[in-house]
Amino acid sequence: MKAVPFVAVILVMLIAGPPFLASYWVGLLTQMLIFALLAMSLDVLLGYTGLPSLGHAGFFGVAAYAVAVLSTTYHAGFWTCVMSGILIGTLLSTLLGLLVSHVRDVYFLMITLASGMVLWGLSYRWIPVTGGDNGISGIPRLDAHAGLPFAGPVAFYYVTLLVFVVSASLLALLVSSPFGFTLRGIRENELRMKSLGFNTWLHCWVSYIIAGAFASVSGVVWAYYNGFVSPTYLDLTASSELFLMVTLGGPGTLVGPVIGAGAIVLLKNVISAYTQRWPLILGTFYIITMFGAPQGLWNLGRRRRASS
Amino acid sequence: MIYIITQFLNGLFSAALLFLIAGGLTLVFGVMRIVNIAHGSFYMLGVYVAYTVIARTDSLLLGTIAAVLLVAAVGLAVERLFLRRFASRPLPQMMMTMGFALVFRDAAFMIWGGDPFTLPYPALLAGSVETRDIVFPAYRLFVMLVAAVVGLLLWVLNEHTLIGAKLRATVDDPEMAAATGINVALVSGGVFAAGAALAAFGGVMGGPILGGYAGMDLDLLPLAFVVVIIGGMGSLKGALVGSIAVGLIDNFGKALVPELSYFTLFAPMVIVLAIKPTGLYGRG
Repeated sequence: MKAVPFVAVILVMLIAGPPFLASYWVGLLTQMLIFALLAMSLDVLLGYTGLPSLGHAGFFGVAAYAVAVLSTTYHAGFWTCVMSGILIGTLLSTLLGLLVSHVRDVYFLMITLASGMVLWGLSYRWIPVTGGDNGISGIPRLDAHAGLPFAGPVAFYYVTLLVFVVSASLLALLVSSPFGFTLRGIRENELRMKSLGFNTWLHCWVSYIIAGAFASVSGVVWAYYNGFVSPTYLDLTASSELFLMVTLGGPGTLVGPVIGAGAIVLLKNVISAYTQRWPLILGTFYIITMFGAPQGLWNLGRRRRASS
Repeated sequence: MIYIITQFLNGLFSAALLFLIAGGLTLVFGVMRIVNIAHGSFYMLGVYVAYTVIARTDSLLLGTIAAVLLVAAVGLAVERLFLRRFASRPLPQMMMTMGFALVFRDAAFMIWGGDPFTLPYPALLAGSVETRDIVFPAYRLFVMLVAAVVGLLLWVLNEHTLIGAKLRATVDDPEMAAATGINVALVSGGVFAAGAALAAFGGVMGGPILGGYAGMDLDLLPLAFVVVIIGGMGSLKGALVGSIAVGLIDNFGKALVPELSYFTLFAPMVIVLAIKPTGLYGRG
């Protein structure tokens, strides 16, 4: 529990800081929180269960699309949109989970990659519903749609922070529960867990569903934050950016993905202001990460602390 | 009927291209256990290099040779300088290739721009072949023939030569292979370069029809992955069967239900995986 003081300091800063920041930075912080939640949900699979999912942006995207379609085409109410977004994403991960839970390692990677591409293809080609390459714009603003008495980026930030803190607490409970330890057991030695009588298939399936559910939550928040969805949020670059957030930060921890997401979102925004070459830089960053910190930044610091 | 036969032939043409691309992917996986995300980039680089060389020299042959050799060299460099350091650790290797996929994608965009183009047809194969009522472009038949020849050569190389024997030994058990004196590092480097070259060759072969455009690398990658998943990773025979299956399904799917073309591809993969998780010809 070395992470506790670190987390506490960050949390205090996250709560107290924003009213004093320019709205650009508040927006950036909101983005960081949304992607931090998404990265944490991937880490349940990648870091804790040892299942490298390369299609995780799909759930995020599907939930965001659900909100977009319902709120624009069908003029559905706020809670209908939110609940449907989360439900559809979770349902999808339940179904896909049935298919992928009995494969491991590179097979898992390739299948999730392919399924992620299918979802992307659907968002790109199913033009009557998704608008194809143009995406869907005109998602109502959160305050107007939910009937909140306050508007503006700071208010939205606090809503996001609330969602983030609740979700992160739930995830922290999950990974420190017996269920979470079973997941880690499967990651380390599945055969042994099997012979101890654990139904590893079921555990992988449930872990996949949970990861999909939290990814959907972040997708719903993103839809309201951005007001616009397009296929780029589901494509392979999005999924691999997400993958890098987790690996860069430190898989198998909850703090790691948050650091990774913060770093990537910050870099992406700052660099995009100066150059169009973001994919090139992201790719280089990937290669450097694998050489410099293959276990992630957070674990790097921890190991150094442990050895000194 | 004519419609169905034409679609069938089109499907076989896609299968021929897919085989060239997925063949390299499956070989690389079989020998090195690398899920090569950059494989689509090699395919793309092949088309772009050929385009540049053909524009300068007006020679299709030179363009093809240049594309194959240059991309093989790029592949070799990637393997030697980067992937080798993470030997037998699939996840870091996969991430590495993903980094390269992003770098190549953006570099190609920077060098060649995003405008779509097609490679010129060889003059000899510009027309169509007609039998009774069926008219089919000669070039497409030529590509199918070339893929068949390449497949045959790969099969002979794999089953009936010393290089093939070393290759199969490395696929089966790298450590034992090394113990018997096989230079596993050399085999790995060679296979990775050959896989890249095959992808580039596939790109050039498809160039007159599919052409080059921004994003082509990731367009084809899922198809190649589905082929490898259906056929079984590391199996050449699997790549052949998988290519034909995916080529036909993709073509008929696109022709009949264009909106759901990705779903029609996904369904057979799911069925195969449900019955045999390692693919049709893969070993567990």
